[in-house]
Amino acid sequence: MSKRHWPFLLGGLLVALLLAGVVSNYASSHPDGLDSSLLKGCTVNADDEITGGSCPAQQAKDHELADSPLADYGVRGIGNDFLSTGLSGVLGVLLTFALGGGLFWLARRRGPATPAGPAGPDTTTASADPADDAATPSTGTR
Amino acid sequence: MHISNGIINGPVAAIFAALALAALAFCVLRGRADLDDRLAPMAGLVAAFIFAVQMLNFPIFTAGVSGHLLGGALAALLVGPWVGALCVAVVLIVQALVFGDGGVAMLGLNITNMALLGTAAAYLLIALLLRVLPRTPAGLAVTAFVSALVSVVVASQGFVLQYWLGGTTDLGGNLTGLAGTMAFAHLLIGIGEGLITATTVVTVAKVRPDLVYALRALKPATPAPAVPVAGGAR
Repeated sequence: MSKRHWPFLLGGLLVALLLAGVVSNYASSHPDGLDSSLLKGCTVNADDEITGGSCPAQQAKDHELADSPLADYGVRGIGNDFLSTGLSGVLGVLLTFALGGGLFWLARRRGPATPAGPAGPDTTTASADPADDAATPSTGTR
Repeated sequence: MHISNGIINGPVAAIFAALALAALAFCVLRGRADLDDRLAPMAGLVAAFIFAVQMLNFPIFTAGVSGHLLGGALAALLVGPWVGALCVAVVLIVQALVFGDGGVAMLGLNITNMALLGTAAAYLLIALLLRVLPRTPAGLAVTAFVSALVSVVVASQGFVLQYWLGGTTDLGGNLTGLAGTMAFAHLLIGIGEGLITATTVVTVAKVRPDLVYALRALKPATPAPAVPVAGGAR
């Protein structure tokens, strides 16, 4: 039964790889809504670096893992920006799929499948009754 | 919308880390009821897709400001609220530990805003809207758009609350200024979030409607016990 899902999973993964591997290079590099809100009170230059004033963003400290080989969505050692961003995106998608999929697979409910949702048993009983009623007369007429 | 190190003080960050950990454990407990052989790989795909789309910062109408998908509404629609929150959390953990995006010390704050608050707000609205709107692609699109938009604004106000509790800069009592700036920017980002979420969910519903959790779990006339909103509306 779960075999039918593989085409969808592969297709979805392909779309994600394409978005992270190629389209990501056309993303806006401006600070996001939160970062820009924290820049209020400061002046910034064309590269969005603080040039003066006083604002909450000045309290920001370096990331603990700023030296990680994939820090800031680039692969260290690759000079070509397009390739570096794209490759980091591809690795991130594969890593997230492996980690997420792996953890969810380990945590999954085993044993015979039951209808989704905690209301499963109630719904089955409720919907089973009319089905029986409908089935009985039809067999009777025959 | 990832908080960088140094923006919120250590004690408040630690409290939210403990809070987020407890909430995620609860999500695992509740989510296991949904997680079967079929949903588990789908949830992995949802996490990977959210990671990809979070890289795609789009410009908003305000000059020099961008935004990106948070994904809570998308995850809640596709794999349900409990597993959905876990999907977004997995993305945030990978981003913090591997890509240097969002401080590791700030992870609890970021998970609280984007994975927990965002997904919870989205699912409450999804549960309500899917019952009152017609079961058409348009009804699903409106549900996805509205829940996604609101979830982003709610997540942004989660940050304002955290900043009120432990922001490292004294705003001189001008917290409402920050709240307003955050809300306005994220209202615009929410439009992008809504468009992406609606497009994605309507596409999946067209190809494989059985893979959309919200359409499976939320039958039109059946009140779901897990959602108090439905009971209140009656």
